Amino acid sequence: MEFTPRLDLRGISKRYGATQANDGIDLRVMPGEIHALLGENGAGKSTLVKIIYGVVQPDSGTIAWEGAAVRIADPNAARALGIGMVFQHFSLFETLTVAENIALGLGAGESIAALSARIAEVAARYGLAVDPGRHVHHLSVGERQRVEILRCLLQAPRLLIMDEPTSVLTPQEVEGLFAMLRRLAAEGCSVLYISHKLAEIRALCDGATVLRGGRVVGSCVPRETAPSVMAEMMIGRALAAPAAIARPAAGGAVLEARGLSLAADDPFGTDLRDINLDVRAGEILGIAGVAGNGQKELLAALTGERLAAEQGSVVVAGTACGRRGAAARRRLGLAAVPEERLGRGAVAELSLTENALLTGTDGGLVRGGFVDFAGLRRFARGVIDAFRVVAAGAEAPASSLSGGNMQKFIIGREVGHAPKVLIASHPTWGVDVGAALAIHDALRDLAASGVGVLIVSEDLDELLAICDRIGVLHGGALSPPTPVGETDIERIGLLMGGVVMEGGAHAA
Amino acid sequence: MRLERRAAASGLMGVLAPVLAVLAAALGAALLFAVMGKDPVACLHTLFVAPLADATGLSELALKATPLLLCAIGIAVGVQANVWNIGAEGQFTMGAIGGGAVGLWLGPEGGWFVLPLVLLAGVLGGMGWAAIAAWLRTRFNAHEILVTLMLSYVAVQILGWLVRGPLQDPEGFNFPQSRQFEPAATLPLLFEGGRVTIAALFALAAVPAGALLLGRTLIGYRIRVVGLAPGAARYAGFSETSAVWFCLLLSGGLAGLAGVSEVAGPIGQLLPTISPGYGFAAIIVAFLGRLRPVGMLLAALLMALLYLGGEALQITQQLPLAATGVIQGMLLLFLLGADVLVLYRIRIGGRAHG
Amino acid sequence: MGDGVMLIALLVATLRAGAPLILAGIGELVVERAGVLNLGVEGMMLVGAVVGFAATIGSGSPWIGLLAAAAGGAAMAGVFAVLTLGLRANQVASGLALTIFGVGFSALFGAPYQSHPIPGLATVIFPDLASASPLVQQVLLLDPLVWLALAAPFVVQRFLMRSRAGLVLRAVGESAEVAHAFGYKVIRIRLAATLFGGAMAGLGGASLSLAYTPMWTENMVAGRGWIALALVVFSTWKPHFVTLGALLFGFVTIAGFQANAWGIPVAPNLLATLPYLATILVLVLISRDRLRLKLNAPASLGKPFHPA
Repeated sequence: MEFTPRLDLRGISKRYGATQANDGIDLRVMPGEIHALLGENGAGKSTLVKIIYGVVQPDSGTIAWEGAAVRIADPNAARALGIGMVFQHFSLFETLTVAENIALGLGAGESIAALSARIAEVAARYGLAVDPGRHVHHLSVGERQRVEILRCLLQAPRLLIMDEPTSVLTPQEVEGLFAMLRRLAAEGCSVLYISHKLAEIRALCDGATVLRGGRVVGSCVPRETAPSVMAEMMIGRALAAPAAIARPAAGGAVLEARGLSLAADDPFGTDLRDINLDVRAGEILGIAGVAGNGQKELLAALTGERLAAEQGSVVVAGTACGRRGAAARRRLGLAAVPEERLGRGAVAELSLTENALLTGTDGGLVRGGFVDFAGLRRFARGVIDAFRVVAAGAEAPASSLSGGNMQKFIIGREVGHAPKVLIASHPTWGVDVGAALAIHDALRDLAASGVGVLIVSEDLDELLAICDRIGVLHGGALSPPTPVGETDIERIGLLMGGVVMEGGAHAA
Repeated sequence: MRLERRAAASGLMGVLAPVLAVLAAALGAALLFAVMGKDPVACLHTLFVAPLADATGLSELALKATPLLLCAIGIAVGVQANVWNIGAEGQFTMGAIGGGAVGLWLGPEGGWFVLPLVLLAGVLGGMGWAAIAAWLRTRFNAHEILVTLMLSYVAVQILGWLVRGPLQDPEGFNFPQSRQFEPAATLPLLFEGGRVTIAALFALAAVPAGALLLGRTLIGYRIRVVGLAPGAARYAGFSETSAVWFCLLLSGGLAGLAGVSEVAGPIGQLLPTISPGYGFAAIIVAFLGRLRPVGMLLAALLMALLYLGGEALQITQQLPLAATGVIQGMLLLFLLGADVLVLYRIRIGGRAHG
Repeated sequence: MGDGVMLIALLVATLRAGAPLILAGIGELVVERAGVLNLGVEGMMLVGAVVGFAATIGSGSPWIGLLAAAAGGAAMAGVFAVLTLGLRANQVASGLALTIFGVGFSALFGAPYQSHPIPGLATVIFPDLASASPLVQQVLLLDPLVWLALAAPFVVQRFLMRSRAGLVLRAVGESAEVAHAFGYKVIRIRLAATLFGGAMAGLGGASLSLAYTPMWTENMVAGRGWIALALVVFSTWKPHFVTLGALLFGFVTIAGFQANAWGIPVAPNLLATLPYLATILVLVLISRDRLRLKLNAPASLGKPFHPA
């Protein structure tokens, strides 16, 4: 057993403007250890990892690598030390090949042909099947992650940093990833595993450091610590179980897709294939699936950003509208909360008041072509109050709000237009836990009031927590939605991986 | 030295940046004069002050500011929708051709309807020319920057052909020019003794109209959303196609109005060259005026002053007319540089960053 | 013999008319492959043309003139780089500003040289040009800039697709953020590409004022900078297609000049519109396939990048 830590951080601090992202953080990772860095969004995990990887320089604090003090000036220096990192958002160039991508991450000097041979060899050793000559834009999300991991492995790392690696994988792929990480650790490589998923950390990690508000608030051995204890450390208070809301029995369909097929309009997109679904008044329908399996295309086709070939392919509140645009569908009672908040759900440069007009052009706020800004301001203030949006007032630019507050404003705005059906895409992505709970409550309340809700998310835990029925999108096709009580994570995982169910599910 | 992003765009710097740019351009101009062996102070005086000394100068200022302002307002509305009509020069030319052709065709025929027809033909000429770009952009995805610009070159050649061919003055000793327009086809002067026509009133009226359009109407709001966040526009169901058509027709029409107002006003006939680059200088006016109508009014006056001063420099200091172009170019370059202060503050020294 | 020489003369004229477009287009292609959209090609060509011309007259050597032209184009590109890469200004507006400035600067700087004819590059290199046989004369008219223009796409193609530096440049144009995360100096790489594009545009301008015309007249580039920009789109960012497009335009230009000689009775003004109309036509043909354009265009083209 070695006693010199592979990585030893002492008193790391980093400030961005008014935000203290890291405040005197200590972190120690031993050789061959799989160490979890635990914390909710905004806890300072990303900043700390960027410091370790040399992307960002700390304002103060020391870094020791295998006992010696080091300054990690840039990612090249980090790699030279033996630090590899797999980012949550992949660092891949879509139009380049796998080998070219990996070459860019390595030093100069090796021909693409020689490198390709090495890639194939390492890939075989760790069970990471991928073709070095393929262009990245042809690869699935899971394959892309393998490319990222291979890029690190080819440099024989002694510390591998994994940033939220499982959020894009099917449960079965997660098992494969864990097996690979355990093998790597057994060979002596340390792993710094960043996540907020407690079950995973308990299954995989040897030790854990918990961050909150930029500080270390505790450390533990995950296998020996109850999840509720870790959750409390992470959030800073006990989590109340969501109040059960009595929901009326689901009513008639308010949103239907009937044999909806649509070719992608993006060279890297997914074609939709014969989608059938119905969202009933008062229910929450969830769409699960690995990113890039047609979610973007399905949302565009349902909201009317892209038109279907036939009028009857999409039905909103009983009216066929497949050939009608987003504004027309909104008039029928369809509201949408897109995944991208700034740039799609709202315009960053405009004030909240002006943003309120984005989907409110049909109400009484526009008269004779002129905008009633006073009325608009009242509407925006109403949303801010009702949804406890933290903002410097209705005239604050959208860009000045935090992600969670902007999301609350957008949901509030859509709810304020009294829709019959609401489509929400990744409603709590990148939002802190408090705002996420508020958003889930708002969606439940909305369903309870008789609105049909459709949620598209890659976060299975989220879907299982709030949905009544779940369907799975794979390769542009949707499995028949099943009541949550009649399915389980294993089954959904297989569907996400593209395994076609015998009998039951597909016979519906 | 490094840049630090501000939490929000600085309104003060938004106003100050154009002022800084003008000062820097004046300094650059002084340097240029010195390099060319002239007295910088005398030259600056000739450029910026002397033209404003008398009534004639002020009237000439209004005369030159008129086409600049008309073109700039159209360009600015487009830029807000991320529609870059940089071919206002071509629409200006086609407006002149359209209005001029109608005026010449009606000939000595009098009547109250002649002038409105001439103006209408000018507006339609500019709109039609811009409509080509709108159609090619919305139907074939061809970028309007290149198309409007190419069409400018084409328009100038067409004008060159017309004044040497179909519209040439038969009694003009084979000079490349048309007949003089009849009085009925000519814009009335705003006041006797000057050359300013009622076109200046059109330009002045376009200022509040533009401000109202952008600031108070749903159309203006849609235009801004399409320009700032195309994704949000698609989400909201605001059609990019309509925005492109609206912006190009509007700016083409305004440029056409400017063009016909020049030939049916101070010029009085069709010539191979009818613009000292108003359509291009209007791009500078649009940016210098912060794309806001009131700002553009001030910027158009300044740019008109540069034209007048440039002419004066040619006469009194024997400087080539091209000096105006250099100063105009510097002005825009400095403005774009100074604009960094709107979104960033400059920190001297301080920490290194990754 | 007459027909043969005529045909060769037409080919040579096409190559000579196409060379400025290839030089400027290939330069801009490299710039755009690095993710930078510099619309100031017209301005850079004008400055290159006038600076090259003045330096040739001043020094008596066209070689020094060419160096000066490249330096002049690169200096203009440097101004663009300061604005867009340093001061984070909008690339479209900065490119327009560069062209407006270049038009004014070249007119002012070139005023003393206006319509002052000089011996063309080919005559300088082959002083006995006039006494050679018509066929040899035609071949000798292909001056070094034409050969450079014909070679440049091969060199650039090899650089982009076969060299490590080319791979890095493409990576920066694909995603500046990712390249930055890998530790590549995005701003420096983009600066280098931008300066190269400026130098090539300068040479393109010089090939007009020193070889093709050869003289300086105000605004002599006459939209070729914009045509070069359109050619880069037409090429779908592949060097050899720039050559193809440029030669097409060279031919259209020459055909316009020759039409009257060939007995086609169209007014010169209208014939002069041909290259511009042809530009619009190819732009329309290539742009209508949105997916293809999207797949081939550098993904970060025109998007500013600022390291945190």
